[in-house]
Amino acid sequence: MKKPLGPVRRAFSPWDNPSEQPFIEFCNVTKRFGRVVAVDDLSLKIYEREFHALLGGSGCGKTTLIRMLAGFEVPSEGQIYLQGQDLSGVPPYKRPMNMMFQSYALFPHMSVTKNIAFGLEMDGLPSREIKDRVYDMLALVRLEGFAKRRPHQLTDGQRQRVALARSLAKRPKVLLLDEPLAALEKKLREETQLELINLQEQLKITFLIVTHDQEEAMTVADRISLMHMGKIMQNATPGEIYEQPNSRFVAEFLGDINVLDGQISKKQDDEVQLYSSVLGDHLDVHYPTPAEVGDHAALAIRPEKMRISLDKPEQTDINAIRGEVWDIAYMGDVSIYHVKVAETETLRAIVANTTRLVQRPITWEDQVWLSWDSDAGVILLA
Amino acid sequence: MIDHNLSSVGLTRTEPAPAPRHEPEAPENTPTNPTGTWGRFALICVPYVWLLLFFLIPFVIVAMVSLDEVTVAVPPYLPVIEWGRGVAGLWEAVQHWSLSNYVRLVEEALYWQAYLSSLRIAFLSTLLTVLVGFPIAYGMARAPRSWQPILVMMVILPFWTSFLIRAYAWIGILRTDGLLNQALLSVGLINEPLFLLNTSGAVYVGIIYTYLPFMVLPLYSALERLDTTLTEAAEDLGCPPWKTFWYVTVPLAKPGLIAGCLLVFIPVMGEFIIPDLLGGSSTQMIGQTLWVEFFSHRDWPIASAITIVLLAVLIIPILLFQRHETRRSEEET
Ligand SMILES: Nc1ncnc2c1ncn2[C@@H]1O[C@H](COP(=O)(O)OP(=O)(O)O)[C@@H](O)[C@H]1O
Ligand SMILES: [Mg+2]
Repeated sequence: MKKPLGPVRRAFSPWDNPSEQPFIEFCNVTKRFGRVVAVDDLSLKIYEREFHALLGGSGCGKTTLIRMLAGFEVPSEGQIYLQGQDLSGVPPYKRPMNMMFQSYALFPHMSVTKNIAFGLEMDGLPSREIKDRVYDMLALVRLEGFAKRRPHQLTDGQRQRVALARSLAKRPKVLLLDEPLAALEKKLREETQLELINLQEQLKITFLIVTHDQEEAMTVADRISLMHMGKIMQNATPGEIYEQPNSRFVAEFLGDINVLDGQISKKQDDEVQLYSSVLGDHLDVHYPTPAEVGDHAALAIRPEKMRISLDKPEQTDINAIRGEVWDIAYMGDVSIYHVKVAETETLRAIVANTTRLVQRPITWEDQVWLSWDSDAGVILLA
Repeated sequence: MIDHNLSSVGLTRTEPAPAPRHEPEAPENTPTNPTGTWGRFALICVPYVWLLLFFLIPFVIVAMVSLDEVTVAVPPYLPVIEWGRGVAGLWEAVQHWSLSNYVRLVEEALYWQAYLSSLRIAFLSTLLTVLVGFPIAYGMARAPRSWQPILVMMVILPFWTSFLIRAYAWIGILRTDGLLNQALLSVGLINEPLFLLNTSGAVYVGIIYTYLPFMVLPLYSALERLDTTLTEAAEDLGCPPWKTFWYVTVPLAKPGLIAGCLLVFIPVMGEFIIPDLLGGSSTQMIGQTLWVEFFSHRDWPIASAITIVLLAVLIIPILLFQRHETRRSEEET
């Protein structure tokens, strides 16, 4: 049943094709609630069959954005297009998309079957077909045995699947998911994430998911839009947004990262040298950047790209700095070393615990070397 | 009578019956404290003692009087049970009992027509209070949160004035030279004053005005708890707003609707002040008949028979409601 998705996913990148028409397009959309600007002059293109994630902290405007697409909120400014058609003035019940609500919003007075059939009945489908489709949906979310139950007789996970089945029953062009898994416990959430990916491959529907959980966004999405204060900070694939953040905000939002402030001291094409006054050292970076010599910039390196050793690394084409182990956080799978490299600067290195060591070779207060390749870090300007 | 009746079957409740939960039972090995057990027993007994004293015993007395014969004496009925003679006294009375009062109720048009008229008025007024009350309750439930206590207050406010004064105020409004006619005449909508008072219309106006809060409050409490994302979900699934109202809002407001209907229907059935003050001869209600028999004719036996039949008529909707509630709570478990 489950097939590997890798090759399909890798081949899918319509956003790189300039002639590709976006499926959903937000054009300079602003939404104000009184004096609160929930969404601020935001533009975004989402392509057909894309699994797009809106990621951001609480209150950054994710829900507002998705509700404008569903038609529950009217943009204060700007337009939203679906397949080139302006959606303004189209009421929610006429938009060919369905939403899975954060609270699931299942009708408490209807059985599971009735809930799933609701949208189909509204469309006036023949009862024979409604029955078949409801059955298909129940099978899809594996709830065949629960057709007659009422929502309050189900567990959270089952309710979530009913909500999913109900929003998919009408075969919408777009499925909107507002924090669909927030109420589930971790393990079930991770399982459901994989199910969502499978479902999307199977149904070939465009998915737009709202989440504040970066792992969830990284797991499910083709592309992530990272939102902050009603704006999109970066819109890119999970790999790009993690490896090539365009700003300090994005870099620090996703995972852990070491940031060293400095000044560009040398530049030749993509070979850049950054002088860090804290370290009193020049650092080599291989990264395309528009910055010029003399500009202030920062070097950002993920802790897992740092190496830690007791002896000075022999290679000479890498960056290596001395420091003292200040703290070690043992996480089971990995250990995080906090290395004090200057009076005011502590960097973190993550080391996988590949052997079951009782005694770590590197321990507190050891003098160590931190090293990283010149193409491990990125230059941040903002 | 009616009030006891209401509380006895738990109709004043607007909440749906909660699904039965398994209360943690007291572990059996805890040493039983006799005063504790007795205390609990006494507490459980309070409502039953109350019902026995203020509902069941009066009911039995009324039922017995309804089988008696009217007479000019104190008390005005025969036979009077001589309790002093014990069972023999009771037996003598029982031998004199007859159903003749009930036969009169069926045979004399005055009575059964009054019942029918009451039923019709109660039914129509309930319907009208739903039609007027639902939009009010809906508007209240959708109003900004901070306004809602004020709106609820405004619904309750009329109760702070005596009901009789408010009923008389309607006479002042509806009279031939009353406020309404004067207003209509002065704006030129009519040339002749309308005959409004002492019509069935006036009775309906009075009843709807009086009983509207009993409809609005339970409906409001049901609608206020209704999650707006449910109506959004319905719209999202292709349901236009007016259909959403019918398929989602109304079914979810049903417990409030039923409670409101019973709270209006039951007391309106026994209403006598409003038809007496505002109605004419065409709106004779059973409550008025009861009043006349009891106080004017001093015919306690027939008045008691009227009461017993009225009670039977009212029990029907109550039983229907109870069965509906049980069925629903069974469905939910
Ligand atoms: N109906 C509303 N009325 C007033 N303010 C709102 C409303 N909906 C959202 N907001 C405000 O808009 C901002 C963004 O909210 P929201 O889109 O719900 O954020 P998120 O879903 O990212 O947590 C918040 O500051 C919130 O308080
Ligand atoms: Mg939200």
